[in-house]
Amino acid sequence: MIAEIGHFSLILALGLAVCLAILPAVGVYYRRVNLMQLSGSLSAGLFVFVSISMVCLGNAFLNDDFSVAYVARNSNSALPVQYKISAIWGAHEGSFLLWSLVMAGWTLAVSVFSRNLTLDMRARVLSVMGILSVGFLLFILLTSNPFDRNLPVFPQDGSDLNPLLQDFGLIVHPPMLYMGYVGFSVPFAFAIATLTSGKLDSAWARWSRPWTNLAWAFLTVGITLGSWWAYYELGWGGWWFWDAVENASFMPWLVGTALVHSLAATEKRGVFKSWTVLLAIFAFSFSLLGAFLVRSGVLTSVHAFAVDPERGVFILAFLVLVIGGSLLLYAFKATGIKSTAGFEWTSRETMILVNNMLLIVAAGVVLLGTIYPLIYEALTGGKKISVGPPYFNTIFVPIVMLLFVVMAVSPSSRWRKTPLEKIVRQQLVSLFASLVMVTTLIYFFASKIEWVAVLVVSVAAWILINLLRDLFGRVRNKVDKLTALFRQPLSYYGMLLGHLGIAVSITGVCLTVYYSEEKDIRMAAGDLVQLSGYEVLFKGVKKVKGPNYVADQGELVISRDGEHVVTLHPEKRFYQTGGNMMTEADMDAGLFRDLYVALGEPIGESAWAVRVQYKPFVRWVWFGGLLIALGGSVTLLDRRYRTAKRKVAASATEVGVTAQKTTTQKTVLGEVR
Amino acid sequence: MTVNKSLLIPLVVFILLVTVLALGFRLEDPHYLPSQLINKPFPEFSLPDLHQNDRIITKADLTGDVTLVNVWATWCPNCLVEHPELMRISREEDIVLYGVNYNDETNKAIRWLERHKNPFKLNIVDNKGTLAIDLGVYGAPETFVLDENGVIQYRHVGAVTRMVWDSKILPVVSLLRKQAPGPSGDSE
Repeated sequence: MIAEIGHFSLILALGLAVCLAILPAVGVYYRRVNLMQLSGSLSAGLFVFVSISMVCLGNAFLNDDFSVAYVARNSNSALPVQYKISAIWGAHEGSFLLWSLVMAGWTLAVSVFSRNLTLDMRARVLSVMGILSVGFLLFILLTSNPFDRNLPVFPQDGSDLNPLLQDFGLIVHPPMLYMGYVGFSVPFAFAIATLTSGKLDSAWARWSRPWTNLAWAFLTVGITLGSWWAYYELGWGGWWFWDAVENASFMPWLVGTALVHSLAATEKRGVFKSWTVLLAIFAFSFSLLGAFLVRSGVLTSVHAFAVDPERGVFILAFLVLVIGGSLLLYAFKATGIKSTAGFEWTSRETMILVNNMLLIVAAGVVLLGTIYPLIYEALTGGKKISVGPPYFNTIFVPIVMLLFVVMAVSPSSRWRKTPLEKIVRQQLVSLFASLVMVTTLIYFFASKIEWVAVLVVSVAAWILINLLRDLFGRVRNKVDKLTALFRQPLSYYGMLLGHLGIAVSITGVCLTVYYSEEKDIRMAAGDLVQLSGYEVLFKGVKKVKGPNYVADQGELVISRDGEHVVTLHPEKRFYQTGGNMMTEADMDAGLFRDLYVALGEPIGESAWAVRVQYKPFVRWVWFGGLLIALGGSVTLLDRRYRTAKRKVAASATEVGVTAQKTTTQKTVLGEVR
Repeated sequence: MTVNKSLLIPLVVFILLVTVLALGFRLEDPHYLPSQLINKPFPEFSLPDLHQNDRIITKADLTGDVTLVNVWATWCPNCLVEHPELMRISREEDIVLYGVNYNDETNKAIRWLERHKNPFKLNIVDNKGTLAIDLGVYGAPETFVLDENGVIQYRHVGAVTRMVWDSKILPVVSLLRKQAPGPSGDSE
């Protein structure tokens, strides 16, 4: 019964989404204030009903209702409670419900926090978001209903959640990722709304910017978590595989990064308006494209998702309507846009333009690599190939290295025009300083000098030096230096944190790649192996029993110079319900190195294949990611976005809600006249 | 209205992209060949018979005709779901079924077959899961179609229903039967 309530409220939500898509737009067209005002309550209703639906699905999981087919496939009565909850989004149907819930959440957030928009603009934006919700909800109801029943014969017990997904990382990773993907619908909706209204000014950049930054920050956290999860859960110590699903999340991130930068330029300087609108469309398009690639099954992936060509056709049609439609709109409506401000080639505007070009090329490279197997298959009539890390590493890495150089120099640049001679000398000095510093550090602390690593880490250090110099330059001439530090706008600190995060991540990536050591060996109880100065002693394997699995648990004692460092217990788990074998690696994490051990297959009577890895600085990869996300979200708290909100809040409390409504009505009517 | 032609570039690129993606569908049903093992020989094995513990079954026992190999277990609820259909196939269709009893207890498995009837000609005891691992089995039930040379031609993951039999498995089986007379039916 409860599952049917969930299904029913999903249908109601679809109805509300249809109203949200149509009514405010009609209101805009016929200049009816009451219709435009419906957008707020419709958004709230949409969110409420999708939430009810989500709660109903959660209820089915918690109560082991295996008559619901989705629950029977992805849960089991022995599954621990926290995984029953995360199993809600453990497979296609439920995860798409989560996607729709997030969509409804963003819609509600826009309707609540955009009171300072004109009523007309708000109605347009929410109407676009309503259209997107219609698409998503239709998709669920028509092709992937999580409430389908297994009646009349239903299994006594479920076939369990994929053990790979029985993990903390999966509880938090998809919600974060979806917040990012779907969050890009907000700048997208703003872009479409502005295009239809024909008033493309800097104001829309100011409205979209906090939303874009927030969505982008979520996406960053999502990708970081995904990489971290792959590292410790997939059991072979890698953290990025250039897998189709990873690429699907990485492409919108690259485009989103470009958007974050060009929005800043549009807001501050009024340049690149048309380009920024296009980027806003692109960022969301790539999110949808990612969803298509992951869920349609046109590509094979290590993250095997529920694949179904029927769903693929639906998403493809949706893609064509949404993206094709908006690009068509763009082609017709963006003609009149002219940038008001000029700039010279030595300016910060140019820097941002170069940044945008490089990021878009990088996203294009990833896209090409991801869909190349499809193109190849089509051209050769069915031969299958896979494009792997070699392609991405050889093409992607040089592009981003170029990007990092631009990034290192950028804080010294000025809007409009930068005095070049001074900067060049300054930069050469700081580059040289960072090279010397990094070479010295690596010489003293590392076993060998890898020149590529030296070069890359130097660029990271160069980025850092320039950020610090810029911060110093801003307070140098002030009397009270501490107050001056606090006076800097938060969006400036957001930039600092974001760029610092990139520097930290590159350092991590580069040092892990060049200085990791890895051994795959056969070990019997009592065997000893040396690895990067550590002695690893294999004590043997014993059987242990978990809630829904049995496991062989190895014991490895790791010591350094005779001193005990840590004892690790990697497991080889067998999940009886699904019949899955799982490698559960164990690791000792540290700021400067991880020790990572995984149990392979048993060899003969008492020996096991064991993989031991020493991975320096691997934590920096994710730590940097978190810093980037922090940088993105700090910008939201910037004074100029806050004051706008406070003003509205103040007027609402002073004059009362009805009065405020009449004023907004007046402004709208004023505009209409 | 005049349109700046360069503004149409994104749209054109997008249309190209969609064409590629749409072609991706026409190529094949991604369900059709979900296994690395398609067109590869069934893995070699030597495992005991469920009903005669001293008898060893090998791959040679499975070759000679088009057959179905079904991976099942007593702990697997969906195996019970598909069981009536397997019984029907064994009664009504002209094909032999072999069972791989996967990660199970032998006594339980024998009792389970007594209670629900046995559609299999032979039952391979794979209580350590070694054969299943070689087959890349995700979980039970899974069903493989083997040609007369013991080469895997199709794999179905999940319960076999009447619909799956009619729409997926039967077409493969009849195609193989048709090709069988020609000794080198290996084309394309």
